[in-house]
Amino acid sequence: MSTTEKWISWISQFTDQIIEHKADLNQLDSAIGDGDHGSNMDRGVKAVKEKIDQGDYEELTDLFKDIGMSLVSKVGGASGPLYGSAFISMAKASKETDDPSLLLEAGLDGITKRGKADPGEKTMVDVWHPVVDSLKKGTLAQSDIDEALESTKDMKATKGRASYLGDRSIGHIDPGAQSSAYLFSTLLEAGVLDD
Amino acid sequence: MTKSTGILIVSHVKEIAEGLVQLLDQIAGDITIKTAGGTDDGEIGTSFDLISDTLESFEEDSVLCFYDLGSAKMNLEMAIETTDKEVELMRTALIEGAYTAASLLQADVQPKELNRQLEKLIIKE
Ligand SMILES: Nc1ncnc2c1ncn2[C@@H]1O[C@H](COP(=O)(O)OP(=O)(O)OP(=O)(O)O)[C@@H](O)[C@H]1O
Ligand SMILES: [Mg+2]
Repeated sequence: MSTTEKWISWISQFTDQIIEHKADLNQLDSAIGDGDHGSNMDRGVKAVKEKIDQGDYEELTDLFKDIGMSLVSKVGGASGPLYGSAFISMAKASKETDDPSLLLEAGLDGITKRGKADPGEKTMVDVWHPVVDSLKKGTLAQSDIDEALESTKDMKATKGRASYLGDRSIGHIDPGAQSSAYLFSTLLEAGVLDD
Repeated sequence: MTKSTGILIVSHVKEIAEGLVQLLDQIAGDITIKTAGGTDDGEIGTSFDLISDTLESFEEDSVLCFYDLGSAKMNLEMAIETTDKEVELMRTALIEGAYTAASLLQADVQPKELNRQLEKLIIKE
């Protein structure tokens, strides 16, 4: 299987997960935000699917760029520019490398450049950051993803909608961290990391 | 005559952006003020495409952008990165900041003095 095929299969599994868990993501966002993270992501991944179904991708760069632009255009919440910037950064990095850990590290850079969140602020960065660390060590397992996701529960939000709640944001999983956890579980399942 | 700097209002809610323009039009008849409120399909949120297209539609080369929450800023920043216009992201309280800027632009106050007056209204990171 060529590299783009594996990545396409990843994105299509991620799309299925988001669609399946749309209500759960909205639920998480209702607790500490405006209740739309599932609907936002659902709109985004459907636009991605429509876009990439039409394409014939030989280059990762073209694939990631189309994914990123579709998300930027269609999501409608903070997760749009954030996930969008991740994939646009990955598109740029893919001109130099097809190593998943370097690509996803570039994705994380795109998110932090756009959202300025550090680890510990109760955002998707709290999943991306440890996952990229494990990827670089070559040890990423589902348990790392679960642990990172769970760690957002006790954090106090200082970025995004949830930050307006202050201490009241403690005790809830961050919705963007949950969608990012789906992104990385499907990365493992789609075999992107296998040689 | 219209002035050389325009104002763009970005909000999650179309009516908030349009309502603010009503307020500003009363005191700044010669300033071009445009809005990018809500998502493409009229829902609550912000749209990169709408912001970007609205920014490009200004005849003025210089635009001051005021915004409300979260994604409004991020989408604005992305739009600013892709335009040739001279655009300033205004980190003030939305209503007070836009009102102050509109009044001062209408009175031909210079950019330096305008920024000085707006400084005390900055509430965003
Ligand atoms: N500055 C940021 N940096 C990183 N992640 C962020 C930031 N702001 C928000 N997020 C992530 O985005 C998620 C929320 O996404 P969602 O699609 O619900 O956007 P939203 O917050 O409703 O957007 P808006 O800013 O338009 O209100 C949060 O759970 C968090 O993980
Ligand atoms: Mg939300």
